Amino acid sequence: MLLIKCPWCGARAETEFSYGGEADIKRPEAPDKLSDKEWADYLFMRKNPRGTHRELWNHSQGCRRWFGAERNTVTYQIADIFTLSEDSG
Amino acid sequence: MQPNRLKTGGRINRSKPLNFFFNGKAFKGYEGDTLASALLANDVKLVGRSFKLRRPRGIVGSGAEEPNSIMQVDKGAMAQPNVRATQVLLHDGLIAKSTRGWPSLRFDIGFMLDVFSSIFSAGFYYKTFMHPRPFWKYYERFIRKSAGFGKAPEHSDPETYEHRNAHCDVLVAGGGPAGLMAALTAASSGARVLLADDQTEFGGSLLNTATHVNSKPGSEWVRQTVSALSKLDNVTLLNRSTVFGYHDHNFLTIVQESDDHVRQREWRVRAKQVILSQGAFERPLVFCNNDRPGIMQASAVSTYINRYAVCPGERAIIFTNNDSAYQTALDLKRAGATVAAVVDSRKKGGGSYAAAVEQAGIPLLYGHLITNVSGQNHITKAHIAKWDGDNDAIIENSIKIPCDLIAMSGGWSAAVHLHSQAGGQNQWDHNLCSFVPGAISQQTISAGAGNGKWALEDCLQDGHDAGMSAAKRCGLQPIASEQLPAVSEIHTTPIEPLWRVPATVDPDRCPKQFLDFQNDTCVSDIRLAVREGYRNVEHVKRYTALGFGTDQGKLGNINGMAVLAETLGKPLEDVGTTTFRPPYTPVSFGACAGESVGSLYDPVRKTAMHDLHRSAGAKFENVGQWHRPWYFPKRGESLDAAVARECLKTRQSVGILDASTLGKIDVQGPDAVKFLERIYTHNVGNMSVGRCAYGIMLGEDGMVMDDGVMARIDDQHFYLTTTTGGAAAVLSWLELWLQTEWPELDVFLTSVTDHYSTIAVSGPNSMKLIEKIGCDIPLTSDQFPFMSIRNAHLNRIPVQLFRVSFSGELAFEINIDSNYAAGMWEVLIDAGQEFDITPYGTEAMHVLRAEKGFIIVGQDTDGSVTPVDLRMNWMLSKDKDFIGKRSLSRPDSLRDDRKQLVGLLSNDGKTVLLEGAQLVEDPAASIPIPMCGHVSSSYMSSCLGHPIALALVAGGHSRIGQSLYASSGEKSFVPVTITNPIFYDKKNELQNV
Ligand SMILES: [Zn+2]
Repeated sequence: MLLIKCPWCGARAETEFSYGGEADIKRPEAPDKLSDKEWADYLFMRKNPRGTHRELWNHSQGCRRWFGAERNTVTYQIADIFTLSEDSG
Repeated sequence: MQPNRLKTGGRINRSKPLNFFFNGKAFKGYEGDTLASALLANDVKLVGRSFKLRRPRGIVGSGAEEPNSIMQVDKGAMAQPNVRATQVLLHDGLIAKSTRGWPSLRFDIGFMLDVFSSIFSAGFYYKTFMHPRPFWKYYERFIRKSAGFGKAPEHSDPETYEHRNAHCDVLVAGGGPAGLMAALTAASSGARVLLADDQTEFGGSLLNTATHVNSKPGSEWVRQTVSALSKLDNVTLLNRSTVFGYHDHNFLTIVQESDDHVRQREWRVRAKQVILSQGAFERPLVFCNNDRPGIMQASAVSTYINRYAVCPGERAIIFTNNDSAYQTALDLKRAGATVAAVVDSRKKGGGSYAAAVEQAGIPLLYGHLITNVSGQNHITKAHIAKWDGDNDAIIENSIKIPCDLIAMSGGWSAAVHLHSQAGGQNQWDHNLCSFVPGAISQQTISAGAGNGKWALEDCLQDGHDAGMSAAKRCGLQPIASEQLPAVSEIHTTPIEPLWRVPATVDPDRCPKQFLDFQNDTCVSDIRLAVREGYRNVEHVKRYTALGFGTDQGKLGNINGMAVLAETLGKPLEDVGTTTFRPPYTPVSFGACAGESVGSLYDPVRKTAMHDLHRSAGAKFENVGQWHRPWYFPKRGESLDAAVARECLKTRQSVGILDASTLGKIDVQGPDAVKFLERIYTHNVGNMSVGRCAYGIMLGEDGMVMDDGVMARIDDQHFYLTTTTGGAAAVLSWLELWLQTEWPELDVFLTSVTDHYSTIAVSGPNSMKLIEKIGCDIPLTSDQFPFMSIRNAHLNRIPVQLFRVSFSGELAFEINIDSNYAAGMWEVLIDAGQEFDITPYGTEAMHVLRAEKGFIIVGQDTDGSVTPVDLRMNWMLSKDKDFIGKRSLSRPDSLRDDRKQLVGLLSNDGKTVLLEGAQLVEDPAASIPIPMCGHVSSSYMSSCLGHPIALALVAGGHSRIGQSLYASSGEKSFVPVTITNPIFYDKKNELQNV
């Protein structure tokens, strides 16, 4: 069970959080301008890397806020936690 | 009375004799015994039969590695199946039965399996029993019974279990010399230390051997150390506690056998640093018939002698390829047994112990092997041959030496299980002939024998160093020991690998050489697997069942991998190990569940009116965690009769429903409209204040995710309802968009599900009822039209009044502070007597909505249904983007054979279809019959006088009027006709009164 450091509440057990998948996926500005393939890329295609993965977490049983984590998918070590406002670029 | 019990010594309490029963026979043991040591004390040689070949088996080990003595312990609700006798602490009145050996140990029906063992070779399950598949259920019954797995208890467990969470600086797993030293050293820094050991007493190998520390017996140093540790406030000592799981981020789970108010306790520990000092397992040697009762691990023999004062044989032979078993020879001699020989495969061996063994008059046979044994239910002779190790050749015919005990040692394997569970690498050490812990990314230090340090002196040093490092890594200042405990210096002769004794005849035809005792995996099975093309160790494991038993390969895996490596012609390190997974030893379901059983399993949510429903005789159903009234039967009334009455009365006069479980979300902020426009499919901005709308939310994939009524309370203030089950998920989903995608939007979301209760009043007399209890606003349609919301006072209580309908009737929903809800319900029931008001439950609610063709998300949809499939095109705004809109024009969303919502009527006008039933066009088609849809909702409609159903049918919208068949059980079909899904009041006039 991971120990996740919520930027607002501090380190808490994984059971307090829910997982939100890959981070940095921006919703297209004008979906109707996209081809089916471009839309499908946004909708379905994920990196699923072996190693560093930037991903979303929600402190769903706590402050209910979303934030990002940089987690190694092999060792499960979390190298960085980031808030979305300062990293939304 | 206990023929093998020594007069003196051991850690047992001779003043506390205990009675116990094994396979119906009474025995005596002592406090401090395990079931295994007590059985050996009573000279019980046969304890079970092997899994596959039904061979007689005796006790081999003394701990978690024991493969043979698998027991059913105690009876009734307290019965424990499949426990290892070596890990069961003896208690007075204990009842144990072999779980293997039906119908009896001595005469076993499965014995024939051994006689015909050639057909039960590697992969025999796959080859014999997997085809033809339908027969597997018959085979399985036979195999399960003759394999004699333990029986599950027949009553629910009366004992209690608990979970306890703990945090510490340093968790030490294993309380042998290295673990004790590590705990003592780490604790000197003030670190919070938790030391767990699976045994009753700490000390590990120091209690199992005759080793001296500081010129005194090792047990004395253990006593002093444990006493010192127990005086420290920062140290928690857990005995009878097995660390069975090493999970992510230094989270470990421990199961503690407890004597207090619970039977077992599962500790869930988050440790800053972990020291793994779980020791090592001794490997068996692999020779013909090496599974016969009377053949034991040498270290187990020493353990029984030193720890339990039990000498398991009178005339012993040692068989080894390393020095440690020489101590066993001396232990046996001291215990009064005859040691007929030490058979050492090496040309020279024994190190410091060789002289002592020689002095004791024990014959030393260097360069010899045991190739086979005589005796079936118990060994009588060892067959010993001279061996040319350099050329791997037996060079002399065997001599047969009588014996009743063979103590074997094939070397040691560091217990790398937890290290591996934690994600650590293992590396093969050629000098030690063992895997040892390698790189690891968690905060873990291995120490002692578990780190490949066999010698006591090295164990103590390694434990000390680990304690120092762990405390320092916690940022603390440990105090280094100036002098470690003194142990006598020994020199050793290096181990020489002997992975299997060369067979005197064809290795595939000689008597079986066992690798995994519990699963009867033999050298010939590994060779066969390789011949059949298996190369990967994980595949070979699954094909041969190597390491699949309760001991999880602790005894046999390394030997098995070595034999695999040899057969493949590869170095062992290239073959590698199989994956280590928790639990380290079997854990009971009770410990896993802890307190979360019965009413504590899951929280129960009740509405504010729950007690009133109960007094009214409601039957309840579970909807998620909610308990909702299902129907309100009158005396003697069936479900069907009650639901029919509830529906009719509602449509004729007025019905009342507790709808409080609907999810409710309050949305406020300057950007509320902007936000909701992106979430909902309809035009939210066009709604004027006081208006309601039916809204659906789609996933970005275009599929319907949730639905509900939403209302505009003010310019910047909305109120949303969600499905009962979707409440939490919808709120998280909204927060996700708001926080991650559109943080610039100024909107606040608040769950108000529990703050407000909702009472729905439906039927032609609903308006009269509301008026009757006192309402301060006009209710007529011109002033309060359908699909609108007003703040009002009912019976002087402030409420939000919704003019909405989920039944198709004239209806109102009253949203009220939960504290007033029960009172309001009572007022409505009292005032409603005049109209014969009828409370109805979820079942009638479902019938009423289905009569109108209203869907339930999650019942009539399943995550693959678009709003177009539901004919909700009218709700999709063309003027704006919304979540999921683009997906509706994906080619897959435009297929005209998509499953679409339709109504179904049974042609006979009588048969209520089965929900979930598959729909087919031609029931006479050859199997598998192509399916074209399924029934999603189905009820008897009392108002219409015939059954109705909703269904999802491929291309259904263009098939109205066509016939299909609905499956109604095995080989039976009901002819049905596709219809429009609105069955009642097709023009929707009643709700607009
Ligand atoms: Zn938080």
